[in-house]
Amino acid sequence: MTAATNPATSGVKSVPGAPLLELEDVKMHFRTKGDGLLARGTKWVQAVDGVSLTVQPGETVGLVGESGCGKSTTARLITRLLEPTAGKIKYQGVDIAHMSERQLRPYRREIQLIFQDPYSSLNPRHTVGTIVGTALRTHGMVAKGGELKRVQELLEVVGLNPEHYNRYPHEFSGGQRQRIGIARALAARPKIIVADEPVSALDVSIQAQVMNLLENLRKELGIAFVFIAHDLGVVRHFCDRVAVMYLGRMVEEGPRNDLYEQPQHPYTQALLSAVPDIAVVRGVPPKTRIRLVGDVPSPVDPPSGCRFRTRCWKAQDICATQDPALEVKPTGTTTVACHFAEPPVESIVAEVV
Amino acid sequence: MSTDPNIPQGGNMTDQTVRSPQTVARTPRTRAEGEEAYLEVTDLHVQFPTADGKVNAVQGLSYALPLRRTLAIVGESGSGKSVSSMAILGLHDRKSTWISGSIKVGGKEVVGMSEKDLMDYRGADAAMIFQDPQSSLHPFFTIGDQIMESYRAHHNVSKRVAKARAIDMLGRVGIPNPARRVDQYPHEFSGGMRQRAMIAMALVNDPKLLIADEPTTALDVTVQAQILDLIADLQRDFGSAVVFITHDLGVVAEIADDILVMYGGNAVEHGPVDKILGTPLMPYTWGLLESIPAVSGTPGPLHPIPGSPPSLLAMPSGCAFHPRCEFKDRVAGDLCRTLKPELIPRTADQGRSSRCHLKEPDRVFETEVLPRLP
Ligand SMILES: Nc1ncnc2c1ncn2[C@@H]1O[C@H](COP(=O)(O)OP(=O)(O)OP(=O)(O)O)[C@@H](O)[C@H]1O
Ligand SMILES: Nc1ncnc2c1ncn2[C@@H]1O[C@H](COP(=O)(O)OP(=O)(O)O)[C@@H](O)[C@H]1O
Ligand code: SF4
Ligand code: SF4
Ligand SMILES: [Mg+2]
Ligand SMILES: [Mg+2]
Repeated sequence: MTAATNPATSGVKSVPGAPLLELEDVKMHFRTKGDGLLARGTKWVQAVDGVSLTVQPGETVGLVGESGCGKSTTARLITRLLEPTAGKIKYQGVDIAHMSERQLRPYRREIQLIFQDPYSSLNPRHTVGTIVGTALRTHGMVAKGGELKRVQELLEVVGLNPEHYNRYPHEFSGGQRQRIGIARALAARPKIIVADEPVSALDVSIQAQVMNLLENLRKELGIAFVFIAHDLGVVRHFCDRVAVMYLGRMVEEGPRNDLYEQPQHPYTQALLSAVPDIAVVRGVPPKTRIRLVGDVPSPVDPPSGCRFRTRCWKAQDICATQDPALEVKPTGTTTVACHFAEPPVESIVAEVV
Repeated sequence: MSTDPNIPQGGNMTDQTVRSPQTVARTPRTRAEGEEAYLEVTDLHVQFPTADGKVNAVQGLSYALPLRRTLAIVGESGSGKSVSSMAILGLHDRKSTWISGSIKVGGKEVVGMSEKDLMDYRGADAAMIFQDPQSSLHPFFTIGDQIMESYRAHHNVSKRVAKARAIDMLGRVGIPNPARRVDQYPHEFSGGMRQRAMIAMALVNDPKLLIADEPTTALDVTVQAQILDLIADLQRDFGSAVVFITHDLGVVAEIADDILVMYGGNAVEHGPVDKILGTPLMPYTWGLLESIPAVSGTPGPLHPIPGSPPSLLAMPSGCAFHPRCEFKDRVAGDLCRTLKPELIPRTADQGRSSRCHLKEPDRVFETEVLPRLP
């Protein structure tokens, strides 16, 4: 790929020394109708209820947590497909949380989104050339006449045959379609890509191909990533730092190794202990599995205090009355929201012998 | 669901001692070696005639499985895992599917069985659970009604007896408050609970063979862990044979006794899990292991298999894996491109077999593949 000369940097302000992206206590409460005859006015789904996150240039931050905990909503907030109900979303120090569509235009180019489903995120009636070319034109990334050349360059970058620019999405396999989605995101020369489960729908061998591609892009183009996945092995492989979400809240965040080896939040510990580990066949002793009881409570009516308390084996009275703050504790290196945070008593993630 | 009585309610707690988590230590499985096969698949072919030609979904698959043992079938999507397993339950449409070979379950031949006999056989001898509980649970009937109906299809009992059985089964699969839950509809259950309900329905008639087609793929890891424990517990209690289809080798390592690796409609490697995943002997299995990021140890680079799986309409000549295999040039002559290797039992290694022309695969694995595993 040619050197990144951004023709359209105009319009994006930045505060010197500010991180690339910073979420400050961001909330997204969706209004829903109460159900049935007993409907008592409107209810609020607290899909995201206090997420704080910092991403430095070129850094990859993983977002993990159970289905429905608010990962995709966070992705749509960062990319401003949603306007938060509270909190700040700062890009290079400038709050974009409530910017108008017109003000947002230059930011839309620098912050790109890749979706999980390579099938539904591409228009089936457009050729690959049109799909990637439209992205180039939308963001004013190419001079007239240079479009095809740039499309072919991008196809090559993502490992597709540049001659295939006039083919349709259905003529490609799942992994190839995900590459098309990546090419479309790269067309804008983004500084940050929010990838929402980009490899979850792919077979392991194809998943590894796409992960290697993303890793090369990260190294060569210095793009930062917010990487969402439910596969904790994939996140561990790809991310510098990892944030764990539970029921709309961030419960723990830290450098990859610290979080995987010395998790301090009971939920992180339970989550990591539940991951089946192939290393057991190579003689690594099976880790002790923490069995969580019950289901994740509804985000319409979350528990008071700590949201994990209905399933937490360490819960005390204070957990119901006082919301634990997300902070650094003397007990470890991660940032954690728990009144009784401590590293696991026995090693949760088994060491390789 | 936070009103369920067996879920700890942090706010109501009075004791100030910090409890320890509910943990399950994973004990090594007891293996029933050398038992007589309950499921025996021999030279199974499944073809779908389509407008584009014949889709050869399964191309001569053979394997056997005794009671009290779990076989994991792994492979990329389209490798024939589901199609071969659906044949075991006789679920393929007769008119649009060509099936040959033999499938014996408890001595009964399933290939060619009449529709009437299949009705008696399904549920009673063999049952299946699917990735998507929605596909087996009807949205308009209560969970209880659906389990009762399955039970009464094979047992001539009153509704009251059947309902007691349904409540018992829901309790056994770990649904809290089964007497109340039995009258609820599928949409009132969470994803994990629906999966449990489907398992309860599959097991209500004590089938000796349970086929689970990616039963945890759509679930969160914490719920997956519960379901895996459940299937292992139930297998111990019921003494059944379990075929577990998955693409997650971590899951395989934790729950299976045997593993069958499929590629392009056929078995390429088969044997005890610790042997196959510990020292796999053919390049496709190597490629799978090299594609998986580890959850423990030092993360290393991934070495994906290049290319994509073959088209079942036009299989490659010789070894089906040869277009993607980096070792084919090690084999003398042009064998990999011209001659399809057989699935050959290893004489030195009891109970395992592999399909590959490569000489001394154990040495190649130890010296070249093992050092670069992620
Ligand atoms: N537009 C909306 N209106 C109402 N509720 C919503 C809306 N979008 C999301 N939600 C709810 O917000 C919560 C968080 O959803 P989100 O899609 O962010 O979860 P997720 O973490 O991405 O889950 P998954 O792992 O299943 O993708 C869920 O309870 C969801 O049902
Ligand atoms: N009814 C059908 N008609 C035509 N092709 C089919 C049919 N059912 C399955 N196939 C094809 O058979 C192959 C194997 O499918 P399947 O067993 O479902 O794969 P998997 O290993 O992912 O479970 C696939 O290529 C699939 O598209
Ligand atoms: S604050 Fe209390 S309930 Fe929440 S995770 Fe910590 S110990 Fe458990
Ligand atoms: S037979 Fe040849 S092409 Fe096939 S897996 Fe073995 S070495 Fe590779
Ligand atoms: Mg999501
Ligand atoms: Mg399948």
